[in-house]
Amino acid sequence: MEYFLQQLINGVTLGAIYGLIAIGYTMVYGIIGMINFAHGEIFMIGAFISLIAFLLLATLGVTWIPLALLLVLLVAMLFTSVYGWAVERLAYRPLRGSFRLAPLISAIGMSIFLQNYVQILQGARVKPLQPVVQGGFEVMKREGFTVSLSYMQIIIIVVTLVLMTIFSLMITRTSLGRAQRACEQDRGMAALLGINIDRTISLTFVTGAALAAVAGLMFVLYYGVIDFYIGFVAGIKAFTAAVLGGIGSLPGAMLGGLLIGLIETFWSAYFTVEYKDVAAFAILVLVLIFRPTGLLGKPEIEKV
Amino acid sequence: MAVETSDRPAPSSGPDLAPILKDAGVTALIAGALTIPLFGFRLVSLGTGQGIGLEQRWGLVAISVLAVFVGRIALTVWLERRRTGRRSAASEGWSLKRYARPLLSGTAYVVAGMAFCWPWLPFVDRWLLDLAILVLTYVMLGWGLNIVVGLAGLLDLGYVAFYAVGAYSYALLALNFDLSFWQCLPLAGAFAAFFGIVLGFPVLRLRGDYLAIVTLGFGEIIRIILLNWYDVTKGPDGLSGIPRPSFFGLPFKRNPPDGVTSFHQFFGLEYAPIQRIIFLYYVILVLALITNFFTLRIRKLPVGRAWEALREDEIACRSLGINARNTKLTAFSIGAMFAGFGGSFFATRQGFISPESFTFIESAIILAIVVLGGMGSQLGVVLAAVFLLGMTEFFRELEHFRMLAFGAGMVAIMVWRPRGLLAHREPTVRLNGPPGADYGRRSP
Repeated sequence: MEYFLQQLINGVTLGAIYGLIAIGYTMVYGIIGMINFAHGEIFMIGAFISLIAFLLLATLGVTWIPLALLLVLLVAMLFTSVYGWAVERLAYRPLRGSFRLAPLISAIGMSIFLQNYVQILQGARVKPLQPVVQGGFEVMKREGFTVSLSYMQIIIIVVTLVLMTIFSLMITRTSLGRAQRACEQDRGMAALLGINIDRTISLTFVTGAALAAVAGLMFVLYYGVIDFYIGFVAGIKAFTAAVLGGIGSLPGAMLGGLLIGLIETFWSAYFTVEYKDVAAFAILVLVLIFRPTGLLGKPEIEKV
Repeated sequence: MAVETSDRPAPSSGPDLAPILKDAGVTALIAGALTIPLFGFRLVSLGTGQGIGLEQRWGLVAISVLAVFVGRIALTVWLERRRTGRRSAASEGWSLKRYARPLLSGTAYVVAGMAFCWPWLPFVDRWLLDLAILVLTYVMLGWGLNIVVGLAGLLDLGYVAFYAVGAYSYALLALNFDLSFWQCLPLAGAFAAFFGIVLGFPVLRLRGDYLAIVTLGFGEIIRIILLNWYDVTKGPDGLSGIPRPSFFGLPFKRNPPDGVTSFHQFFGLEYAPIQRIIFLYYVILVLALITNFFTLRIRKLPVGRAWEALREDEIACRSLGINARNTKLTAFSIGAMFAGFGGSFFATRQGFISPESFTFIESAIILAIVVLGGMGSQLGVVLAAVFLLGMTEFFRELEHFRMLAFGAGMVAIMVWRPRGLLAHREPTVRLNGPPGADYGRRSP
């Protein structure tokens, strides 16, 4: 029971990170119907920028941790969203209206490019970060097994919840959100009604990248090590989460992220660690076969 | 990174400096935002147990921002020139297109002739021969994938999984059951095709990009299984001592075991290790040519026509009574079969295989060969494979830069020539109009 509870806490934390990345996939898919394969790499860049920002703040003498965290969060979101914007501008926008697979191939190229770009610039070695936030609560202690909830896990879950709320409000209440939903339904009609399509799509990529940057920051803080390769696997899993929740649906992405995080954690805890990625991929395949619309997605009708 | 194509209104008459400078300034600003965090600082480790520190590299940032600024100005001016100059050059394009087809088929014959004579050319040494074998392996894989991606329009990102299935089935059959390469080759192809059917049957009704991700997931699953199923695959240690192929039962050995005649003894030649390499070269050449011939012929069959039709419009095909799933399944499993052949050749050539050789990046390279060459173009695949792998060999020490250029190249090809360098999208059946009349036309 204690073991189960501990795994539940770990799974929810991991799921929050996946959920944040999954939102980027699901939004882009909703609006232009492509899988932004480079999104995992954007997450990885966010993690690197966060790490660099931490070290920079440490050299500048900012030692009060809440302030440092906030500054790093803002810096990472800002610079990573420029990357998100640039990727869309360079690799996807020229391809709008091209044949179906062109943006996906371009995205794969972008993903390979960004991976090697970071590897060349920052080196291939694993980058460690000393734990920034330490300590935590002991939720339960019985028979020598302690269930702990660290401050870091609380921060991750709280930040994710806050961002999700802000983000949902942005989609439902602001004019940008309205424009995004309009583009999602019918891009041509939205353009006729005076919505700047290019700008809306760019902003979708920017918000997706900003959320991925937050996920990257959380990843650095939680695991303490990053390398240039983290984006690939995390990206695939987040995509699985987006598909599981129903691609195009924001609550679905969060739910899917949570489920993938839990499944992965429990699989590692009760079965084998080696095959945890297989579990995630197998779920992806199964969901696509049996429920291609995902848990909360709308059925997609292909019109001639 | 410069913004490559501009959709902003370029100045209408003559090089108007102010907007160009402003545009370049904005681009440079963005480049600054992109480069400051990752170019400006480098994470360096301070030695064991000391954590990491930052190294500042502002010079690099300045150089790249300046380069982007200048590059952007040059690009704008060049685009402007080209836009105004295009009208006069419009008539020239026609004559070039008229010669394009004979030129291409001429190139094909030259390349085929070169390939046959390659081991006997005077300048070819061991290294070039090995390189040629590598290139041909990728040509074969490219042709196999071309059936799936180029003809049937199914984006398969896990192609290397079938390659791995082929390689491991040969290695395991040869090591455990003592079967020869020639006995295993069809079996390996059959296994790979079987895997193709097993995977394809449930997933092929998915939309194109879902299919891509599922195949990618499948490729990773196969790799993880190979890595962890230690009892059978020896995990990360890999399988070694995989037997070499024999020439119709004549092994390539200096001292064959008793009762077996070696290749050089049978033909009364001096023993030389190069004999085996040349033999391997011809094996892969023949395998590749079989793949090519098969593809060229099957394109003319109803199933080949159905593939191309499905690629163009699935809904129209369904309404004409084509069984979309079975048709896709044939393409998928035939592509997988050729990957299986390629895989067992790889295993026999290397004599050692491990999961390291079957990562996603291999799939990406094969896909890049197909994409770069022009999806559906057989000659394009050859030229792209020669180009990409030639680059690989010549810039071996620049490993990461090579992959960087590789990724950027994939993006650039999609942006500039989405159909690849040698686009081959003419329909095999034509209702009216001369061949080449709609050559190069793109949907808006």
